[in-house]
Amino acid sequence: MNINKLREHLCATYPDLCPLFSIEFGDGSLTVAPERLHSAASDMRDLGFDFLGMVTAVDRGETFELVYRIQSRKMSAGIFLKAYVSREEPYISSVYDLWPAADWQEREVYDMFGIIFEGHPDLRRILLTDDWVGYPLRKDYEDERMIRRPDYI
Amino acid sequence: MSEELVVNIGPAHPSTHGVCRVIVTLDGEVVRHSEVVIGHLHRGIEKMAENRTYLQIVPLTDRLDYVGSMYANWAYCRAVERLAGIRVPERAEYIRVIVCELQRIASHMMSVGPAGADTGATSVFMYTFNQREQVVDLFEQLCGARLTYNYVRPGGVSMDTPVGWADNVRAFCRTHPAAMAEVDRLLFGNVIARQRMKGIGVLSAPDAVAWGASGPVARGSGVSWDLRRDSAYSIYPRLDFDVPVGSNGDCYDRARVRLWECIESCHIIEQALDQMEPGPVMAEAVPRLLAPPPGEAYDHIESARGSLGVYLVSDGTPRPYRMKVRSPAFCNLALLPKLAEGHTLSDLIVILGSLDPVFGEVDR
Amino acid sequence: MSFLWGVVWGVAAVLVVAVGAIIGVWWERKVAARIQLRLGPQQIGPAGSLQMVADVLKLLVKEDIVPDASDEPFFRYAPLAVFAPVAMSIAVIPFAAGWAPFDASVGVFFFLAVPSIGVLGILFSAWASHNTLSALGGVRAAAQMVSYEVPRSLSVLSVLVLAGTLRPVGVMDAWQWWWIPATFVGFIVYLISSIAEMNRGPFDIPEAESELVAGYFADYAGIRWAVFMMGEYGAMISASLFGAAMFLGGYHLLPGALGIVAFIAVASLLMTVIMWVKWTLPRMRQDQLMEFCWKMLTPIALVQLLVAGVIAAWL
Repeated sequence: MNINKLREHLCATYPDLCPLFSIEFGDGSLTVAPERLHSAASDMRDLGFDFLGMVTAVDRGETFELVYRIQSRKMSAGIFLKAYVSREEPYISSVYDLWPAADWQEREVYDMFGIIFEGHPDLRRILLTDDWVGYPLRKDYEDERMIRRPDYI
Repeated sequence: MSEELVVNIGPAHPSTHGVCRVIVTLDGEVVRHSEVVIGHLHRGIEKMAENRTYLQIVPLTDRLDYVGSMYANWAYCRAVERLAGIRVPERAEYIRVIVCELQRIASHMMSVGPAGADTGATSVFMYTFNQREQVVDLFEQLCGARLTYNYVRPGGVSMDTPVGWADNVRAFCRTHPAAMAEVDRLLFGNVIARQRMKGIGVLSAPDAVAWGASGPVARGSGVSWDLRRDSAYSIYPRLDFDVPVGSNGDCYDRARVRLWECIESCHIIEQALDQMEPGPVMAEAVPRLLAPPPGEAYDHIESARGSLGVYLVSDGTPRPYRMKVRSPAFCNLALLPKLAEGHTLSDLIVILGSLDPVFGEVDR
Repeated sequence: MSFLWGVVWGVAAVLVVAVGAIIGVWWERKVAARIQLRLGPQQIGPAGSLQMVADVLKLLVKEDIVPDASDEPFFRYAPLAVFAPVAMSIAVIPFAAGWAPFDASVGVFFFLAVPSIGVLGILFSAWASHNTLSALGGVRAAAQMVSYEVPRSLSVLSVLVLAGTLRPVGVMDAWQWWWIPATFVGFIVYLISSIAEMNRGPFDIPEAESELVAGYFADYAGIRWAVFMMGEYGAMISASLFGAAMFLGGYHLLPGALGIVAFIAVASLLMTVIMWVKWTLPRMRQDQLMEFCWKMLTPIALVQLLVAGVIAAWL
């Protein structure tokens, strides 16, 4: 499948993505509902996006924005797959069954944001110690050892 | 029925290449199960970045992959430039390519040498370290630092090359391939080393892709994927180079791919030096307090360990709202339990070395 | 009276091994440095020759650490159990014509059997350390040292068949120059299996510093660790001396009193070869090591024994 066919296919399947999709570095992003994320990721994989580059999250206040970067080696293209989960119920299905690469990546997101990946075989803290309290990359994280942001910059 | 023995390797162990703990369940000498415990070097760089201006983060990226600081510098700066829409002058791009290829040599020397040391041939380490030392000397001439360079900055590089530096680089590139040939004979030509590395920790090409492996770990398995060629960023399209690829996906191929990449890097550096022309090395009007428009950017480069990406989210303030480093060493290291299963404890050490983790980058 | 002589000889043997170990360590550091593009010890004494004196002094004043969880008596005295047999084995080596410190009628057997007691010391230290890595190292050492006894003894046997005696002095008396080519293969087997016997590279898997940190002596520090090192160097010295005597003619190489000089020189050369091998080759794996012992060295040693036997019968 060449890149133009892929573009057509993607535009037909995901109309909201169409104007954003660029072939070079794949700044195009596709936002789906959290419950559709797994099937969208599965679709992407079948389209040739066979490499899970990274899984991460951004704290957007009310919600967490989950960011999956999925890459295609053949087309040298990458795409962002995004989903918003609520802060109160941060649940999303794991993509471990599609890419084993998600194993440690999702553990890291759980470690830093407290997002629960349903279906992940071994969801434990990875970088922090097991008894750590809180999720440090959340914007409301407080810790007595944290140095406050100086005002003068 | 045999009894199992749980052995704890690390965090302070000579061949974990940093601070990594591996809990190994042994049946005799055979590894039945292993679990990697990381995070001993976690400094929260992603959280610290949210508290600093864009320029202040550059020294933090030095501390990610401390064996190859230039890569993290460059990947971060590319993401910032993409976010803020900065155009980098051509000479700066050439210098970036040259220093990063030199860095690839320096970094691979810290992987090929320990591949020998892990199997007990400590002398190979000295031969490769000699080469690394020469590269580090070149960096010292360039920017004054030997380990954390802080050289690549958003908009270009911090200073132009000193007088005569290009000649020193050329002199190094002339002698380096011969030194690599010597290491090749010394380590990969040795019967015992071959026995120790061939067929150990075999990673198939589909597995390499599914597990998110990149860089020499993926290429050792026959996955011909190199961002320098396939993403063609910076000035790499103007340079002519090969991408060495292994076939068996064992420790031997991974180490050998690294060795060949060093020689290819020499070719790249020589071409880049030929093409480089005088000019500015820093984009004009890059403010000290950079405040990119709200948005997000991701950029990745081929580091010595694989696809190193930086994801930046800006909210319009002078500090990034979120910075995420896609660390290739982190993804590659996740393969260790899978690769080590069924091999002996001695092989586990060799496999760990062949994945070439740098824990500054794994733990961040 | 003979008891007193025994004490004198015992002290002498310990001194020989200790001094030999000090010189050996300095020499090894120099050899290793040359192989590794370095210079080695430089600062203390001419060419760093007094470096080891300083090192020994440091080891002597270091704190004697005994881990809490260890089995204390075994932990404390295991180094001696490694060192003593090695020092004992030097006693039967024929240094000059008709003379060995301890002229036993079964001297060769004594030489082959006594150092094997050292494996007990290694096992003691391994288990007494109460450390999984040490225990693994001890088990590896036991398997390796017991196995490599076989090719080592078989290769020495080929010389004995030609000599027709177990007395080292008697072997040297009967020595003929053509034994060197006739038993050369046996000599190589002897050298390889001796390296394995003393746990040095490429057979240093019991102490494998990149896997087991230091194996059975990982928990040792100070002078107890130094005793282990002296045991290792003592084994190297005694194996080199014995090999030079049995396979290379020892003091027969030069006439008269110069013979002993030639003997020591050849033994030193063998030691250098052992060091050279260690600093050049990677380490083998446990299973490869065992295969190499039983499938390569042992059959070769048997063939050598057969050849020697045929020659002896034909003469």
